[in-house]
This record gives sequence, structure tokens and C-alpha cells, in this order.
Amino acid sequence: MSPQSPDSTRNQSTGRTLIEVNELKKHFPIKKGMLGKEVGRVKAVDGISFEVEQGETVGLVGESGCGKSTAAESILRLEEPTEGSVMFDGEDITEYDDTELKKFRREAQMIFQNPDSSFDPRMSIGESIVEPLRIHGVGPRKRRLAIARDLLERVGLSESDVNRYPHELSGGQKQRVALARALVVNPRLIVADEPVSALDVSVQAEVLTLLKDIQEEFDLSILFISHDLSVVREVCDRVAVMYLGKIVEIADTETLFENPQHPYTRALLQAIPTIDVGTRGIDAGLSGDVPNPSNPPKGCNFYTRCPEVIQPDEYDFEQEAWRSVMDLRVSIERHGIDIDGLREFVGLDADESVSKEDAEAMKAELRSEHDIPSSLGDPSAESVLEEALDKIVHGSTEEAERSLAREFETPCETSEPSLTESDADHAFACHLDAQSEDAKQAAASSGE
Amino acid sequence: MTDPLLTVENLKTHFHTDDGTAYAVDGVDFEVNHGETVAIVGESGSGKTVTSESITKILDMPPGEIVEGAVRFDGKDLTSMSDKQLQDIRGNRISHIFQNPQNGLNPVYKVGRQIGESLRIHRDDLSKDEIRDRVIDLLDRTGIPEASSRVDDYPHEFSGGMKQRVLIAMALAGDPDLLIADEPTTALDVTIQAQILKLLEDIQEEYEMSIIFVTHDLGVVSEIADRVVVMYSGKVMERGSVEDVIQNPAHPYTKALIECLPGRGSSMKRIDGALPSVTDPPAGCRFNPRCEHAVDDCSKDDQPEMYAVDDDASHQASCIYYGPGHDEAELETYDNRSETQRDTRADGGHET
Repeated sequence: MSPQSPDSTRNQSTGRTLIEVNELKKHFPIKKGMLGKEVGRVKAVDGISFEVEQGETVGLVGESGCGKSTAAESILRLEEPTEGSVMFDGEDITEYDDTELKKFRREAQMIFQNPDSSFDPRMSIGESIVEPLRIHGVGPRKRRLAIARDLLERVGLSESDVNRYPHELSGGQKQRVALARALVVNPRLIVADEPVSALDVSVQAEVLTLLKDIQEEFDLSILFISHDLSVVREVCDRVAVMYLGKIVEIADTETLFENPQHPYTRALLQAIPTIDVGTRGIDAGLSGDVPNPSNPPKGCNFYTRCPEVIQPDEYDFEQEAWRSVMDLRVSIERHGIDIDGLREFVGLDADESVSKEDAEAMKAELRSEHDIPSSLGDPSAESVLEEALDKIVHGSTEEAERSLAREFETPCETSEPSLTESDADHAFACHLDAQSEDAKQAAASSGE
Repeated sequence: MTDPLLTVENLKTHFHTDDGTAYAVDGVDFEVNHGETVAIVGESGSGKTVTSESITKILDMPPGEIVEGAVRFDGKDLTSMSDKQLQDIRGNRISHIFQNPQNGLNPVYKVGRQIGESLRIHRDDLSKDEIRDRVIDLLDRTGIPEASSRVDDYPHEFSGGMKQRVLIAMALAGDPDLLIADEPTTALDVTIQAQILKLLEDIQEEYEMSIIFVTHDLGVVSEIADRVVVMYSGKVMERGSVEDVIQNPAHPYTKALIECLPGRGSSMKRIDGALPSVTDPPAGCRFNPRCEHAVDDCSKDDQPEMYAVDDDASHQASCIYYGPGHDEAELETYDNRSETQRDTRADGGHET
């Protein structure tokens, strides 16, 4: 945040916490049958905690389906949180009744991703902007319109735009109007859900600059939801990275970008295409998609895709090979092995028995499909894998699945890492950290 | 030197609308060589998509019309071909993939059937089983696990990234010489985007195809393109190798576009003003009303011709500073707009 003007009576520099989210959860029940029996739960947000100070911009980033939008909606109680609390200026808003909630909604406003669908096409810009005032019963109509005119100027449009209609404005202009509408009730918190994702880069730059200026002018706190890390770097003071409903890392923006600790954050940062021609070439760092949140992986829920997933103590071979073996395990667990396709591949009929050569060919195909090298560096690991592959080609996939799960159990899946602080203002949830801490301690004690 | 696979010459695609003629593409030249990736970059409304769709004439005509120019593909002019002749080229020798994978698939048919469609149309010599085998092979090559069982799934059973893979498989079915990819990764997450870009790179090598990559994202361009064409308001502003255009941009528009990218660590700038009207474009250089370096000559006549940058014929910019009578060094030194003009900007905000 840039230094504020001395005459300001606002307390942005006091570091006062405006909103504090504690172990917030939002689960959506999956119901089945006539009686609507709950058969499962989509854990969209699964216990997140963070705070936003007055005048601060906090980014919430992650891939689609990580729960960032649901988190935002639960914080404003547009969705009823399942568990946890949200303290706004010292009061728990999850306890609010309807009247209190309406009052709270004046303090916290939201801006959405798509400016085209966030306006009523039959309402003039002025009417749209003053609608929140009307709802909250502020002022006579004339006074309200005067406020709208004033705000339009502040967001860089002209007074005369009050009488125009949404279709007459470009995307960037509409997003400015959306900002004016959010500002009209004089809020203290703005939740911006992907406010620039639908805009062109040049327009994006304009809207982001405006957002920064307005924040300074009104001393606003902003919760900025985005999947675009470059945009986040531009506007946020702190960033929380979410994966499958949990925060995996939270830090100062520059710390996060310069020194990312969680493998997921690293993978996300690596995936950003840069205009640096020197670092050309794409590295498809992460394999697979985000797992289904109704059935998330146990332990650290990123282990199914993590390039740095920890090997069991008993084995020691190349990380890349280890990841590929895990990929095989995960894909068997998720959707089994297409054994018929495999038999077809080597030219076997449905009821023909598997000869030795066929088995070898099928095993080789399984390895190449999952990029597993022809031999793992560790002989005992190799024999476990070979045995499992044998079981697969002879049709007992379930047995293979069990033995792989037993033999290749990573510490990442046995327990959930907790979000621990490594430095002031930098916390992340990864078992690698605990490991390296152990190593550090061991090194320290042996050095003494 | 072999002939380029595709040559677009002075292409003009206009739309006849109630508000007048929209000059969506207004004199575009570029070529695509065998096995190379050419990126067409521009903001929305720059005409990049219309350019790419004019190649195989998949635009709605009317209101669209190719009023001038030639599109030579493998020695033949596509603009003068009949619809029937074009059918043999579309989906067979030139394939398209589009931005939104949700809209590219028909929800009521299995994906295998949709991928096989172009084979059923173009390849009479293949039996049903052969087509199915090919489809499975295509799905497998585009990195869809368990291809032989997924072939019978419906589109809703695939995630966004997987749908884009299905669409790529569909585009590859005819073993095309040219793949036109219009913002194929814009709707995807960065991690999935990286996977799809990697896939495109791999299959380009495998199939030895050329790719036209239409995008607004300069980051993506610098990762995958060999050459770049920068478009603005229906005109080509600059073209050259990716190294030249990205690292040593010549046209003020390209420079401005790079400067407004967020998250580069340095300060983010913006381009003042708005895109010009497509029905009534400004005289001279289309970018002159927003250009910091504009002089009187910039608003005269038509868009300046493409001048070589640094005497390198492969790097050209449509800017008079690179032409005779001007010195490109002036671009570095001063800003021709007076301060008062700059202060009357639409939003009156401060510079960051």
C-alpha cells in the first residue's frame, strides 16, 4: 500500500483487522432419491482461515473448482456457511439475523466477473447505480441520482452517462459502472470475483489501475478472487492460494512470487506463460485435473498431482519415476484399468489366455502410457511394481491396486499437513516442510 | 526456399450492417510456412478472428463478405472456390479449434461419433471399425486416458481441458496440413493451458503441420509462436519473428500492448482511449488517436505501408517512423502529445 495522505482520519495504517475468517466451511449435500437422503458432500470450502486488514487487498487464487468463489460468497453470506465464523469488525456475521445482515450488506459489496450479465439491460446506468441506495432507503430520488452522477465521474465516466443503457457501454466501461454501484453505499469491503478476467489486456490494465486508485481514496479493503496470478501480483498485498477447498499457502505477494513454498504454488507460477522469449518452451508441470471435491484425496489433497510427492522411506529412486508410478496408482484408483483395450492392443481375443510375450507387451504398454521407465532405480520398488503389473495383465486389477496402495503409500496421504507459519506472514501446508525441518534439525545436532 | 503453405494477400473482409459497413479486416497480409506456428495477436475487435475465419470462409456470409484479396493455400486460391470445393478442404486439410470447448461439442452424441464425423465424410475407403480404431488412436494421442472406453462417453462426462483435447482430436482426424486455433486455451486454467499448449507443440511435430494461433495473450504467443502478426482495428501493425516482435517491438501499439501486461514486476501502463469505430475508422494509422508519438502525418492518407525495421525485411512495422523522412529514434525520445491533452483523458486517473 502506498503511504496515505497525512490528513486522512482513516486508520488504514493501524493494521486493524476488518474481516477475520475462521475455519470457514461450505459443504453442499448431494441428495438422492425421493426422500432426498444425503449420500455425500461436496466440500467446496473446507476450513479456511485468513484475515483482511483495513485498506488491504488480499488475493484468493486457484484453479476453477478450488472453491474460491464459494468462499467469497460464504463470507458475504450469499451462501450460508456450513461451519466456522466470519468476524467483521469484531462481530460474527454468521450469527446475524435478517435485519443485521441487511445492514452488513451496506458495508460489504461485490463485483462480478461478467459485466454483461451483472446489469439489468432495461435499467439505465443511473438506475442501476442507485438501486442499492433505494433498497437501503437512502435519500430522495433526486439526491440519489446526484450521488450516481458524482460516482460516475469518480470511476472515470461522465455525468451524462447516467441516462445511457448497459448495451451502449463497452466491457471495461461496464466494469467501471459495476464498481460505482458497489461504491454507492460507501462500503468498507469489496469482494471482487474475477473482475477483469472477461476484459482485454489494455482494458484490464485500466480497470486494475482504477481499482487501486479507488481503494486508496476510499480506504477500502478488497478481497480479490482470481485465477490469474499476474493480475493478482499487480493488485494484491497478500495472497492466499487455494486448492480443493483449502488454503495451501498464504504470504505477502512478493514473498509468494519470489519464494513459493508449496509445490502447488510453484506449479501454478510455472504454468504462467511469460513474454520472456529466453524461457521459451512449455513445461506441462501438473498432470491431470483437479479431483472431484465430493471425494477428495486423503491426507494432503494435492498428492495425486504433486510433482514433489514424498517417497516412502523404504525406497529411493528418481522423483520423476516415483511420480509416474503414483500416476499409475492414482489412475487405477480413480477409474481402473481398461484391460480389454490393453488385450486388444496386443491382439488377444476376449477369452484367450495371456501368453508370456503378450504379458510382456501389455506391461510395456502400461509403462509407456504412464511414462514409467523400463526399470525403476530401486530394485525392491521395481519388484513391487513388476508384481503389480503382472497382476493387472492377468486380470486382477483390484489386487494390484491393493498391493500398490500398501507398498507405495506416501506420507502425503496418511496425514493432512497443517498450515504452519515459516516466517512472519508466510504460511503453507506441506509435509515437505516438516521433512526439511527434520533434516535441518538433524544437520544442526550432528554439527554441534 | 519452398513456397509458403498459406499466403494471405490484401485480405479485406467487411460486414454490411444497418449501421454501415464494418471494416473488420481491412487489408491483411501474412504467410504461413510449412511446419511453423504463426500467431495472430490482437485485442477483441481487432479482426483477428475474422481473419482466421475468412481463410476457410466459415463466416456468416452475408452479412460478411470478402471484398478483396486472395488466400492461397497450397497454390490454390480459396476465396474463389465454391462451397463444394471448400468442403474438401475444411476439416480435412485445414481444421479449426475454437475458444470454448463447451460449445464445440454436441451434447447428445458420444464423443467418438463426433470425432469420426470428418472421417466418415472425407474418407470413403475406411470401414466402420477402421474409423473407430482411428478415433481411439486419436483420443490416445491427445492424451485422454483410457481412450478405448472414453470413446463411448458423452461430452458432459469430460472436464474442460479434456473437452479441448477431444476437439483437438477431432481437428486432427483428417490429418490436416494447417490447424487454425482460435484462442484454444483462453477458457482454461493456467495449469490446463500449459498441458494443452504442450500437446499442440507435440502433435505439431508429429503431424508436421502448420498452426495459426489466434490469441490476445502475448505470454502464450512468446511460448509457442515462431512468427507473430499484430493486428489492430482490421490492419496489421507489425509482423516478424517472435524474438523481434516481443523483445524488440517496433510499432508503438505493440509496445503499449506489452507495457499493459500485468505481473511483469515493473509498472503496468495502460493505453488511453478506446478502440476506433469499425464502421468509421480514423484516417491514417488506425492507432494514431491513441498513440503517444502521433504527429500530423500519422492521420493522413491510409494506414502506412509495412516498413522494414532495422533494415530487416523479416521484421516490419506499419508506422511512418520507420519510413522515409522520419527517424525511428524519435520514438524513444519524446512524447508528441502536450501535457494538457494527456490530462483530459477519459478517466482522469493517475499514472501508476
